[in-house]
Amino acid sequence: MSAGRKLPEWADITLVPLVSVALAFVLSAGLIWAIGESPWAAIKFMVEGAFGSSYGWGYTLYYATNFIFTGLAVAVAFQARLFNIGGEGQALVAGLGVALVCLYIPWPHWSLALLGASLGAALFGALWALIPGYLQAKRGSHIVITTIMFNFIAASLLGYVLVNILRPAGMMDPASPRFPAETVLPRMHEILSPLGITVSTVPPLNISLLIALAMCVAVWFLLWRTRLGFEIRAFGESEPAAQYAGISPVRITVIVMLISGGLAGLMAVNSVMGEQQRLVLNAVEGAGFIGIAVALMGRNHPFGVVLAALLFGFLYQGGAELALWTSIPRDLIIVIQALVILFTGALDNMVRMPLTRLFAWRGAR
Amino acid sequence: MDLSFCQVFFDAQTCLQGARPETWVTVFSSTLRLATPLLLACLAGLISERAGVFDIGLEGKMLLAAFIAAAISFVTGNVWIGVVAAIGASLVLAMLHGVASITFRGNQLISGVALNFLAAGITVVVAQNWFRQGGRTPSLSGDARMARLDLPFAEALRDVPLLGPIYSGVLSGHALMVYLAFACVPLTWYLLFRTRFGLRLRAVGENPAAVDTAGVSVTALRFGAVAICGVLCGLAGAYLATGLSAGFVRDMTAGRGFIALAAMIFAKWRPYPAMGAVLLFAFMEAAANTFQSLQVFGVAIPVQAMQALPYILTVVILAGFVGKAIPPRAGGQAYVKEH
Repeated sequence: MSAGRKLPEWADITLVPLVSVALAFVLSAGLIWAIGESPWAAIKFMVEGAFGSSYGWGYTLYYATNFIFTGLAVAVAFQARLFNIGGEGQALVAGLGVALVCLYIPWPHWSLALLGASLGAALFGALWALIPGYLQAKRGSHIVITTIMFNFIAASLLGYVLVNILRPAGMMDPASPRFPAETVLPRMHEILSPLGITVSTVPPLNISLLIALAMCVAVWFLLWRTRLGFEIRAFGESEPAAQYAGISPVRITVIVMLISGGLAGLMAVNSVMGEQQRLVLNAVEGAGFIGIAVALMGRNHPFGVVLAALLFGFLYQGGAELALWTSIPRDLIIVIQALVILFTGALDNMVRMPLTRLFAWRGAR
Repeated sequence: MDLSFCQVFFDAQTCLQGARPETWVTVFSSTLRLATPLLLACLAGLISERAGVFDIGLEGKMLLAAFIAAAISFVTGNVWIGVVAAIGASLVLAMLHGVASITFRGNQLISGVALNFLAAGITVVVAQNWFRQGGRTPSLSGDARMARLDLPFAEALRDVPLLGPIYSGVLSGHALMVYLAFACVPLTWYLLFRTRFGLRLRAVGENPAAVDTAGVSVTALRFGAVAICGVLCGLAGAYLATGLSAGFVRDMTAGRGFIALAAMIFAKWRPYPAMGAVLLFAFMEAAANTFQSLQVFGVAIPVQAMQALPYILTVVILAGFVGKAIPPRAGGQAYVKEH
């Protein structure tokens, strides 16, 4: 190891994730080739399917909205060096919050319903993250294990509530009744038509995208412009140093997990309220886990999270189109997601070491 | 998840308290079969974590092994070739985990997460490509499945009261892998606590610097532990697809890797208690499968509560409210040799 030599900051922020993602894509292309399909044709299908029409990019941005929320959730926790793997469960429970708010409060207008549902989602998500956060802070139980366990507990809890409480009498499907018409969020075609832009009416892309972008700004402001944000980052850099500076580990851990759970929970506003308009069993569909890949690729920075979320939105919509037109199942996206997590998260040093050596060699010349 | 819901709706309602003895034989026999993949995966995780390498990728290794076992058994018509291939596949993932977490000192948890997704995706993509049945393998039959063994005298003892149902009904009639899995418990104990390799393996999980000072390679020991973990997960997955079921279906591990992880923590990283924890969790699964509405002291227990119980118990035990679970001290940390 070249002691003391470091990668320039710009290279650390851009080159390392780009090389990692490139590696993930090359391997995925290899897999496509190995199963006898053409990687080039696959990419063309995906790009066309995800960006070629307003239908395509509507879906791409809808998925990206989910991933911004869950990516931010993981990123905030990572800033405090906490690995919140429980975004999936937090978003599931938050879906319950959204459903209760939408079903049992008579809202006069969607804007108020949106406010109420966002609060409900954030509150339920935050509470589901509070217990693992508290147990980590106070009892030292490993947050990764407890959040994994809470994902499973959330699935069982939701199953019980849907089957035994929310399911309308006489229905077989474990799902809540449809939300009232007043809670329907405006979709992209309704927002864009006053501006004279006509787009496909199919995609579920809705006003939650703006909330997601606002949350990115809010998280950036919190982390880099407030005292609490400084404490969070200091705690993440070095727990003993933070403690020496009078920062309480218990307080930071609990607050960070509340914020993280709340952000993951907000995803339910987009999917449960914005798309499905009722609560179903698999409302989250793995978006909580994609947040891990998004945060890792986005370098735990809100701006990076938006870019990474867009990439994964593209992959999800493109992957769906790919499955439609070729014999490559949608699960290929899970492989790409896994490789992105592997290279940007676990094999980080494998990418960084040669790059560092390259820069050191160039610097020496 | 979804399947169990269907069962809730369609199955006849039976009561726990009025269950007949034959039902109990079925439940206990099923407990042993359901415990087998859990036990193998649990011991796998236990050995890896005792050496200081966290492994939340048990699920992924089992899943890939299950697919490879089913696919190769189907193609060759011989289950044992399938088992060997499954071990190989699981070992590949284990070595990837080793390279990421030992060689490149990456985050062991993130590596585990990545490998779980890798297995979840690649099994379906390849299964669809090979068999074109929507991400599953064709059903296995005959020599492509693990045969059930009858223990000696099982037939003769069948009608003996008490002993008959226990020996012939519960203990006999399982695949070889079931007996092998339970034999792995004392073997693991012996390996960890009575051999030099085991002593070093445990030391490397508590204080790798001390092992290094003694001139023993930390890297080699950890890779050894990770490899054993891979072999055991391979067996677990192979049994799942060719013993417990007759073929591979999408996401067939269904969280078993995490239940095994839960059992390992519940047992505080010790082999015999691990067997107890696994049997407890498997019994709950078997009971939930057999009795659709559970009445305990007149209170109906929802089936979802039974499903969530292993996870809730693990959280409680991790929180230290009932005897604290403390992982190996160097667990999750890469070892950096001093220069």
